[in-house]
Amino acid sequence: MEGLGYPILSTLIFLPIAGAIAILLIKRTAETFIKWTAFLISVITFILSLPLFIGFDKTTSEMQFTETHEWVPDWGIRYALGVDGISVLFVLLTTLLTVLCVTVSWNSIKEKIKEFYAALFLIEGAIIGVFSSLDLFLFYIFWEAMLIPMFLLIGVWGGPNRVYAAIKFFLYTLVGSLLMLVGIIVLYLNTGKTFDMLQMMAMNYPYAMQLMLFWAFFAAFAVKVPMFPVHTWLPDAHTEAPTAGSVILAGVLIKMGAYGFLRFSLPLFPEAAKDMAPVMMILSVIAIIYGGIICLAQTDLKRLIAYSSVSHMGFVTLGIFALNTQGIQGGILQMISHGVVTGALFLCIGMLYDKTHSRQIGDYGGVATVLPIYAAFFMVFTLAAIGLPGTSGFVGEFLVLIGGFTAWKLMGVLAATGIIIGAAYMLWLYQKVFFMDVNPKIEGHKDINIREIMTLLPLIVLVIWIGVYPNTFLSFMDVSVQNLIDRVNTAGMVEIETTQEVTEMPTEVIK
Amino acid sequence: MDKYILIPLLPLIAFAINIIFGRGIIKDRAHYIAIPAVFGSFVLSVIAFAEVAGGKVINYDIYSWIVSGDFRVSIGFLIDQLTVIMLIVVTSVSLLVHIYSVGYMHGDPGYYRFFSYLSLFTFSMLMLVMGNNLLQLYLGWELVGLCSYLLIGFWYKKKAPADAGKKAFIVNRVGDFGFGIGVIMIFLFLGTLNYTEIFGSIGMLTGQTINIAGFNVDLITVIALLLFLGAVGKSAQIPLHVWLPDAMEGPTPVSALIHAATMVTAGVFMIARFNPVFSLSETAMWTVAIVGAVTALFAATIALVQNDIKRIVAYSTVSQLGYMFLACGVGAFGAGIFHLYTHAFFKALLFLGAGSVMHAMAGELNIQKMGGLKKHMPVTYWTFLIASLSIAGIPGLAGFFSKDEILWMAYNAGSLGKFTWIVGTAVTALTAFYSFRIVFLTFHGKFRGTSKSDNRQEYHLHESPKVMTMPLVVLAVGAVAAGWVGIPELLGGGNWIGYFLEPVLGRPEITATYTEKWMVISIAIVAALAGVFMAWMFYLLKPEIPKNLAMKFKNAHTILWNKYYVDELYDFAIERPTKWIASNVLVAVTDNKIIEGVVNGLPAAIRNFGEKLRKVQTGYLQHYAMGMAIGLFVILALVVIAAN
Repeated sequence: MEGLGYPILSTLIFLPIAGAIAILLIKRTAETFIKWTAFLISVITFILSLPLFIGFDKTTSEMQFTETHEWVPDWGIRYALGVDGISVLFVLLTTLLTVLCVTVSWNSIKEKIKEFYAALFLIEGAIIGVFSSLDLFLFYIFWEAMLIPMFLLIGVWGGPNRVYAAIKFFLYTLVGSLLMLVGIIVLYLNTGKTFDMLQMMAMNYPYAMQLMLFWAFFAAFAVKVPMFPVHTWLPDAHTEAPTAGSVILAGVLIKMGAYGFLRFSLPLFPEAAKDMAPVMMILSVIAIIYGGIICLAQTDLKRLIAYSSVSHMGFVTLGIFALNTQGIQGGILQMISHGVVTGALFLCIGMLYDKTHSRQIGDYGGVATVLPIYAAFFMVFTLAAIGLPGTSGFVGEFLVLIGGFTAWKLMGVLAATGIIIGAAYMLWLYQKVFFMDVNPKIEGHKDINIREIMTLLPLIVLVIWIGVYPNTFLSFMDVSVQNLIDRVNTAGMVEIETTQEVTEMPTEVIK
Repeated sequence: MDKYILIPLLPLIAFAINIIFGRGIIKDRAHYIAIPAVFGSFVLSVIAFAEVAGGKVINYDIYSWIVSGDFRVSIGFLIDQLTVIMLIVVTSVSLLVHIYSVGYMHGDPGYYRFFSYLSLFTFSMLMLVMGNNLLQLYLGWELVGLCSYLLIGFWYKKKAPADAGKKAFIVNRVGDFGFGIGVIMIFLFLGTLNYTEIFGSIGMLTGQTINIAGFNVDLITVIALLLFLGAVGKSAQIPLHVWLPDAMEGPTPVSALIHAATMVTAGVFMIARFNPVFSLSETAMWTVAIVGAVTALFAATIALVQNDIKRIVAYSTVSQLGYMFLACGVGAFGAGIFHLYTHAFFKALLFLGAGSVMHAMAGELNIQKMGGLKKHMPVTYWTFLIASLSIAGIPGLAGFFSKDEILWMAYNAGSLGKFTWIVGTAVTALTAFYSFRIVFLTFHGKFRGTSKSDNRQEYHLHESPKVMTMPLVVLAVGAVAAGWVGIPELLGGGNWIGYFLEPVLGRPEITATYTEKWMVISIAIVAALAGVFMAWMFYLLKPEIPKNLAMKFKNAHTILWNKYYVDELYDFAIERPTKWIASNVLVAVTDNKIIEGVVNGLPAAIRNFGEKLRKVQTGYLQHYAMGMAIGLFVILALVVIAAN
């Protein structure tokens, strides 16, 4: 489905990249001009991504807005883009969050401004590339390309311990990616020397190979999600990253891991995925409970939210490996919601940090008295984070619990304890920071300004929208998820199925 | 679409207006938005009541809320006999509490916020009772919990209210954990969450079992008990009752509306709504009855010795909710709802009366420091007295009829029923005693506040303004007359409410005889009168008795004074270990030692490397170079391999 006269996905990838180059060419001292240019680029990219929302055909599981060009024909490498119901929402989330990253960084980034925005746009382009690549080689390039600007974002504009955090982030993800690279090469050699993902999805690889490749890809995706026990890079990266970095990390970057499971692990290695699902579900439940309880021991605002991401992403992977409609749809919706909510929480913390320059929970108290508007915004996001019905957090989490419970009752029950733990640490955090006596360190600070309110407002709208009318978003993924589940369920049963068809056909004719 | 959507919508609109414009524009005029809205809901509720009384049941969907595969759930309304009773209770008490709050909250800097939350609460509670499916009930259930959290912690600058709000939310989440799994199980086994469809097909599950840890357990029992766990949390039954007494940190109108008349009764409403499910499991029914009976007794004994006027009334609420569960558990769902309805009036009145007393006493809560307020605040006194007579079960008042109905139904329900009847009757005596303990200590005798030296408190004693006493008077009328809709046949009434609710809630078969019925009533009356008499003797006639008793039974008194140490137990057994594990195991060992140790062999080396680099100060560039080199290496390696 082309629908539009121009290659929309390429535009979304290369407009930010071109923008990054353009920004680098601006004179360093023209700070205001740099900021406004960055703002315009991000807004235009966002507006240009809206046709994906409006023009998307929800009745098909086929790839849409596709573009295909030969690139290195000798090696079977093509430049192929397209989105389906699983990936399209992530592209939109990326373009939206980038705008907010620009506005929230307005006054907080004071050094190397143009490099900062350039890095941000390079990340944006690469992430959109990851979500829309239909060629495995292209996918891998974007997947790795994203690493470098993200590494710089943390390492240059981050907190005091930024270098350690950046290297840790880089190595963790790189080690995972290398194993995936091996997997990609094996796939390439076994799919008739092509990187065409759609072609791979139609293949039935031998079971032993599926199992091996499942774990090779798992290494890359599990680190990104991050799943227990490879999650320890996330708290460091989040804590040290500048606000925009944390927002991108939490909002979309870690979603790439879960997206990888959906795009590769399930359709390419369906039998292995089915057999490994129990292991994945156990790891997910550990992440939910472990990530939640560990929040109770945090003293750093960003670290706490980072660990809560581990817990929330546990719900996502639980849903995905429940391998049923509610589980997967819930998982995807939970990803969108988590992107919005946790992105918003990091934006909020960034705004507070800009005023006080402290991330220590102990340095706060009584913020609701001093910054009432800010406190109200934070409250809404807190409620969404603890899955209050009527907010976005509830729908995804609840669907995941249905899916998880359907697949494996014990895991469903254990995962549900996450809703108690989640309430405990988030309300504890809220009380420590916002209620009780006003800490002298925050006295006299001004409430958030109109720029900051406008940054948070779109996310509030999304929180309520997804909570009250989630069907807008669920309907996007409906057909694609069903198609994916059919693919997983029928894998390995090809012969049986054909015989069934044969036996069923005549009866239908008789009817 | 029809007019009934406005019942919840009006308060929602009021909430939206007040929360957005309250701070800057509306300020202390917030009640001009909130009160007309809830009044509109009240009028529409009366219209709905009339329509249902005329024989109509309204059930329709508004829109599809969540659709995922075969999981479909709507936002929709079911307005039947049970719903309209709840609508009347919620909107009328809410309206009166709104009006009362104009006086009580006057001058509070958070005035607009208070009215916003009240509106949001009213909306949520109405969504809860009007829903036509279980998930909408859950939605309302959680939203009222949110409002409860926000309103308990309304004065968030102090630690105690902030703690109490958080505690309420988290304890309720424990109940919701069970409730949520119950909801999921219903969907899993019946494929729907719509009430009509659930009740139509729940019979199919009869006899089915589910394997839990090697035991085959009756499926319906499991589902019913999971739902009941939710009710235990919301309605503050043992062992999840701990949040409600602390909830008294909130403003008193909130205690009256949320923590007495409406929200805490949601558990009872839910059990009654799900009577077709509960009725299929004897185990679940007896669990409900026994938890109810034990809670009724447990909370009443605590109430005997407390001195904080609001906490006594709070324990009284826990106890009275126990009665309602007892009723549901013996199959008398109608009696449970009848008591819910009368309780709303006399208990809201007790709280608002207590608020009026606090208003006069400049926030004092200790009844030992009051006394003799009768002559200073006659309206508060007389209305409070009426409420106390009503809750004590003095014949002719609302509480008498509903409590009598419960005791009678308990007596009627076999041997376990007889046990709950004995407990229930004993609680009647205790209820009368502690209720009149408040009356006598607060309003009779001499003033014991800080009057002698600086003449402060006594000088300020005054009746509350009309905007506060008017709701008291209206509620007092309710505390007397609300029960008249359920006068039993035995006493010449028609038990109208019992028959009205019968289509939804059914009515247990009566096997006990006419004489036994008189016996049950007589014993209850004697118990109530005995309780009042004892209170009179203890606190007016011979005030030395309580002190002597407390000395003589020191251990028992200490246990009751400390509320059976349940809070301490939870702190010791759950809260501390969890926090300890979080910091001393998960952070210190698993994350920092094991995972970091195993995974970080490399990063540890990097750290050294990084530190060296930092010392050399050539810094970042080399890092980037290294990063890019690795990335390039990967891509080049790929190209090379691909080329072969």
